[in-house]
Amino acid sequence: MLELAALFDLLEGAGITVGVCSAAIVAGIPLGLAIAAGRTGRNPVLRAICTVYASLVRATPVVTFVMLIYFGIPAFGLEMSPLPAAVIALTLNTGAFNSEIWRAAIVDFSRGQLEAATAFGMTRRTAFWRIMFPQIWRTALPPLVNEMTLLIKASPAIAIIGVVELTRKARQIAEYTYEPLPAFGSALLIYGVVLAVLIVAARWVEGRLAERRVT
Amino acid sequence: MTLRFEIVLKEWPQFAIGLGNTVWLCGVSMLLSLVLGALFLAPLTAHSRNVRRVAQTFVDAGRCVPFLLLTYFVYFALPAVGIILDKWTAALATLVLYNTAYMAEILRAGWVSLPPGQIQAGRAFGFRGFRLLRRIILPQVLIAVGPVIGNQLIQLIKDSAFLSIITIPELTYAANSVQSYYFVPFESFIAATLLYWMLCSGIEWVVRRSERWASFVRRSHA
Repeated sequence: MLELAALFDLLEGAGITVGVCSAAIVAGIPLGLAIAAGRTGRNPVLRAICTVYASLVRATPVVTFVMLIYFGIPAFGLEMSPLPAAVIALTLNTGAFNSEIWRAAIVDFSRGQLEAATAFGMTRRTAFWRIMFPQIWRTALPPLVNEMTLLIKASPAIAIIGVVELTRKARQIAEYTYEPLPAFGSALLIYGVVLAVLIVAARWVEGRLAERRVT
Repeated sequence: MTLRFEIVLKEWPQFAIGLGNTVWLCGVSMLLSLVLGALFLAPLTAHSRNVRRVAQTFVDAGRCVPFLLLTYFVYFALPAVGIILDKWTAALATLVLYNTAYMAEILRAGWVSLPPGQIQAGRAFGFRGFRLLRRIILPQVLIAVGPVIGNQLIQLIKDSAFLSIITIPELTYAANSVQSYYFVPFESFIAATLLYWMLCSGIEWVVRRSERWASFVRRSHA
């Protein structure tokens, strides 16, 4: 069994995991929307940049990407400490995946409604925020939550630049207690709980949304 | 700051070996977990509800485990119970163990979407047990879930980068060793990123081609 002190140590790591992932999720959702807007917009240069960005980042392992940001960006004279680098790397990563979700929702949106909005004299911007966005975020929510769970599962990647999150903490505890099984087992349970809470919360929100649409 | 991409070009054998290791590790473990996932179909689609529930819980739990934590389990925790694996065996075992949960779930979804008439017709023609599975069920399930398996392979390739932490010389490890030797972090990791991009785009291309081939096969048999 894990001692109480070690358990608190582990929970501290869990706090870092949850904190960094939450920051990346909160920043990554509008970033994804912005990239999706670029990819579906009228500016060809912006469209090309956003498309290449999304394709490249989605094909890159999170570990490699985290190292690229943390070791590679300072080569241009911009020093970063590990924690902000971790948040930036995970945000840029999840933003690319989110852009794919937002893009699908935008492309599937009914043209008729947009044409009606134009007929009423709305600009593209107004039509987006008043007509499109209130509808597409409901379609985008379930896949966005799925992406959040994938992000949490990929987040041990930030340990490679020295951020002591849950997995790294479990390894440290395994090393100083000489008992790897309880340390890794407890970390596994904590990941399970975090993911379960996220999924249940998302189901609850979806349920509320569905109710409101019926009435 | 001048970028020195010529170092990456000079060190191309390291990148090539890393890419090669990434490809064979993921390829072999994909094939193994495809077989294991197919074997897992039996409990996942069993008549007994309890067997089904236990199998499904196992698969769902497996899909909640972060890849790096599973790697630590296999590489650092199994020796505590007397199972000592060298790093290559540990890497392959982790990839297979991790991927099997996903493959089982993907195959199960494909199985469920198969029209029941197909299996009944197969039975009526005298196919039973393993032959029914091999000749009637699996070919159709595999064609149906082909694109999903392609995506899962891409996912597996990206997760395999974590193996650099237990010093498996795959692509990310190669990039890291070149960058720390010459101090060319940006050039080295961008090169690795582009190689991953090419690999994943290649898989996507194959999946698209085989989808077209599958729809052609289906039409010519109809």
